Amino acid sequence: MEPILNVAHLSVTFSRYGRGFSRTKLSAIEDLSLTVDPGQVAAVVGSSGSGKSLLAHAIFHILPPNSRVEGTLLYDGAPLTAHRAAEPRGRELVLIPQGVTYLDPMMKVGPQVCRGRRDPAVRARCREVLKRYGLGPDVEDLYPFQLSGGMARRVLIACAVMERPRLIVADEPTPGLDARTAQRVVGHFRELADRGAGVLLITHDLPLALSVADKIVVMHAGQTVDEISADQLQSGYGPSHPYTRALWRAMPQNGFAPPSGDLEEWLT
Amino acid sequence: MTLEAKNLTFRYPHGGSAPVLDGVSLTLRSGERLGLSAPSGRGKTTLCKLLAGWEKPASGQALLEGVPVSQYRGFCPVQLLWQHPEEGVDPLRTLRSTLYEAGPVDRRVIEGLGIQDSWLERYPAELSGGELQRVSVARALGPELRFLLCDEASAMLDLITQVRLWRFLLAQAEERELGLLVVSHDICLLEQICARVLTWEELTA
Repeated sequence: MEPILNVAHLSVTFSRYGRGFSRTKLSAIEDLSLTVDPGQVAAVVGSSGSGKSLLAHAIFHILPPNSRVEGTLLYDGAPLTAHRAAEPRGRELVLIPQGVTYLDPMMKVGPQVCRGRRDPAVRARCREVLKRYGLGPDVEDLYPFQLSGGMARRVLIACAVMERPRLIVADEPTPGLDARTAQRVVGHFRELADRGAGVLLITHDLPLALSVADKIVVMHAGQTVDEISADQLQSGYGPSHPYTRALWRAMPQNGFAPPSGDLEEWLT
Repeated sequence: MTLEAKNLTFRYPHGGSAPVLDGVSLTLRSGERLGLSAPSGRGKTTLCKLLAGWEKPASGQALLEGVPVSQYRGFCPVQLLWQHPEEGVDPLRTLRSTLYEAGPVDRRVIEGLGIQDSWLERYPAELSGGELQRVSVARALGPELRFLLCDEASAMLDLITQVRLWRFLLAQAEERELGLLVVSHDICLLEQICARVLTWEELTA
């Protein structure tokens, strides 16, 4: 089966101006490869600053202008160029951004989720989507500053699933959500995947990722260090890479242990 | 020292009549580590904002040693770690100027949090959420600090960075007798770091 998304040997570098005309290069992602198949939820976990959000932004061609992307990005087997991404972006190809600042602060929730369209079908769909995440019709009339952190997250997710997406890239969709709501959100991702969509779930919440994902991709310092099936991780075959093991042991429910000495060196 | 919420009520000026927070009372003492967990949208963050003096209550009082928190000038002894670090830093200033905007920061704090010198030359858009949050923590840990309110303060961190941040903060809290209010949805985390965990029902009862 052709993967919906195929990322091969991706690298992202930033160039920055120093004093005068000197320029320096900063490498954020180096040689990253992963695939998302139809019907698959692929979770990406890893250290903060390892380039997880940049990966998401690279897929959508929304990196800042001082960045340079190399490598291959294939969507349905064809190169996903900036030109080709523009058409399905926001409809077939949706991003749930990490920051709640991506909401328009001057626009009420309802119009924001409907994207300004007023026909009754769209508004009914908006109401249905918000309801799905436990938000009542009164929320449509609020501005983003009146939302709690968890409500704002759910509005961002609602915006993304208004259409029928084929590929969902969710960048940390659950901080600020209580366990039940978070489970409801990822449960919906699972449902969308079961209907044939591909989901790339970027998260720090390993237990949550394990509850829905088919595979877990572990990133560190701009590279993929491990790829393991969720079953394998849970069923005692044990995480293969020492970094994955350290993540596992750092979970509050698995001991809350800082990494041991030898891994400490590898991390720095 | 004690930080006290007395019957706090808050509503947005044009947000209709329903209060966001209604009659919440809480007492936090120096050296205490109190956890708070509640479903999304109940007003946990609003409570933190009132306790840190970011907002003024419609009625009730937020008192530090009997004095309303919003009356403190200069570095406020009650600091709030905001749940969205990208909103807590000026996008047009380098992280170096953000880090030192509230005064000098102890070298041990910078090292303990794993803040790298190379981050400080960058702008907020060039750092990850977890990196920004660690800079925000360093900025909040000024010498005048007495109470630290952590609103989902580690939700944007990977598990390993989360463990390290909490081990560091708990050591600081112990050494300096800081009072901590930790708001999180992760019950397992609260049980690891707090001496006492309250639910929203217990708080509003």
